[in-house]
Amino acid sequence: MADEYILETRSLAKEFKGFVAVNGVDLKIRRGRIHALIGPNGAGKTTVFNLLTKFLAPTRGAILYNGRDITHERPAHIARRGMVRSFQISAVFPHLTVLENVRVALQRRRGHSLDFWHSAKALDALNERARELLDSVGLSAYASTVAVELPYGRKRALEIATTLALEPEMMLLDEPTAGMTHEDVERIAALIKRVAADRTVLMVEHNLSVVADLSNHITVLARGEVIAEGDYAQVSKHPAVIQAYLGAEHG
Amino acid sequence: MANAAPTLAAPAGAADAKLHRIAFAVMAVAVALAPFAFYPVFLMKAMCFALFACAFNLLLGFGGLLSFGHAMFFGGAGYFCAHAAKVWGLTPELAILAGAGAAALVGSVTGLLAIRRQGIYFAMITLALAQMIYFFAVQAQWFTGGEDGIQGVPRGKLFGLVDLSHMPAMYSVVAVIFLGGFLLIYRIIHSPFGQVLKAIREHEPRAVSLGYDTDYYKLLAFVLSATLAGVAGATKALVFQLASLTDVHWTMSGEVVLIALLGGVGTVFGPVVGALIIVTMQDYFSQLGAGVTIAQGVVFVICVLAFRRGIVGELSRVLKRSL
Repeated sequence: MADEYILETRSLAKEFKGFVAVNGVDLKIRRGRIHALIGPNGAGKTTVFNLLTKFLAPTRGAILYNGRDITHERPAHIARRGMVRSFQISAVFPHLTVLENVRVALQRRRGHSLDFWHSAKALDALNERARELLDSVGLSAYASTVAVELPYGRKRALEIATTLALEPEMMLLDEPTAGMTHEDVERIAALIKRVAADRTVLMVEHNLSVVADLSNHITVLARGEVIAEGDYAQVSKHPAVIQAYLGAEHG
Repeated sequence: MANAAPTLAAPAGAADAKLHRIAFAVMAVAVALAPFAFYPVFLMKAMCFALFACAFNLLLGFGGLLSFGHAMFFGGAGYFCAHAAKVWGLTPELAILAGAGAAALVGSVTGLLAIRRQGIYFAMITLALAQMIYFFAVQAQWFTGGEDGIQGVPRGKLFGLVDLSHMPAMYSVVAVIFLGGFLLIYRIIHSPFGQVLKAIREHEPRAVSLGYDTDYYKLLAFVLSATLAGVAGATKALVFQLASLTDVHWTMSGEVVLIALLGGVGTVFGPVVGALIIVTMQDYFSQLGAGVTIAQGVVFVICVLAFRRGIVGELSRVLKRSL
């Protein structure tokens, strides 16, 4: 059974001083799928993300990754197990070059990163792989650009290249298309589809056409609880979902 | 500056590395020739403060951590070095090592306590710990001499051979320590560790999400910075043959912040330039008495208003090269 599901949560809950942000969420994420987490604002999607990657400690419940209980592990440790997240606001290292951004990730797998007495020239061996990764997201022309100068959509592509450098088994993307122009959305959606070919992706996303296009399975959250699950056709017809979305908009 | 050769794209940019080598060579020549034109003690003081500021800048400029307690390493190492040389009778190189070792130890303990917090909280914890060291220095007369400090510290003989009471010998030792310390910091900044440190400065949660236990990196940066600040403080104690409360007082922690800001935080050469300016002002304006502080304040305000990135920081922006 552990093989079928890469990530599971059991009655996961998070309370902030009495306010229940996430309440008894049971997620089962099947290996090799694109799984979307949707819901109206304030539904607790990002909190779930932060719980899964241990940026927040759950109040109750358990998280199992590949059948192993990771509820009490440190966030960096979880990343090293192969579950790597992105952030809602683009998370590049702004004053490093595009190439250096990717190399920082490659460097982690290489090890020896506490060696303060070695020259950074030792990292030049990683350049070739870094360029391949940049090439795969269409950024090779920007290799020596300082990341802060990239247009927004390109920053998100750089983020994905940096994440891919870790060869993660599972990617968690927090609103990958938020704030993007139409062309950028298409480009990033195509990119996600491509990188999901050999890994599991869990994403929080507001753009429902992206969700419909990409995801195999959808979990809908409202007020910290799961209200529906299934594929897009099932979920979009579900009365609780319609009520949650329309209710949120009208009242 | 756009890198012309796409196959290279070295971390700092090959062109920048070359520029740094040239600037370092100019600095080394200046250090060698300056005693013919200026008062050597003044120059040695400037070099001690320059190394202190470079060590501080390693933490603030490249690790993004603003310590407001670096006086504890600078002054604390000064006491240890002075005590080791005067009471234990150690040779100067061992006395400096003792001072640096003490700073490393204090740095490890205070670092462990401080790095878990960020921003203003980090600054406040380091300040509080530095105040504890200050009060220890006031109280522990058997070790520090209390209000009098440790006076008449013998400079001794380097490796038991070279008598450092001769000015040229002392000057050479300080020059080697300064230039060596500067090179070491340069290497740290441009090492695999330095790359991760910069990444943490830029976006710590992202660095965590890439699998880095950022606390280890921040702690190592803190200890390295403390140790090098200790080397600077220990050397200063030998130069002036004195360890006093001035060097552990919180105003010294403030002074190093000022020097780094003035020269340019996160630049390679900025702290050296900042130290030279501040030490010059203190020495040449000393007849103003309390006016020195006012003059310093005015210069600082002008700098913050006119060049927010510091002198070298602004220069680097204009030239579009990292300095």
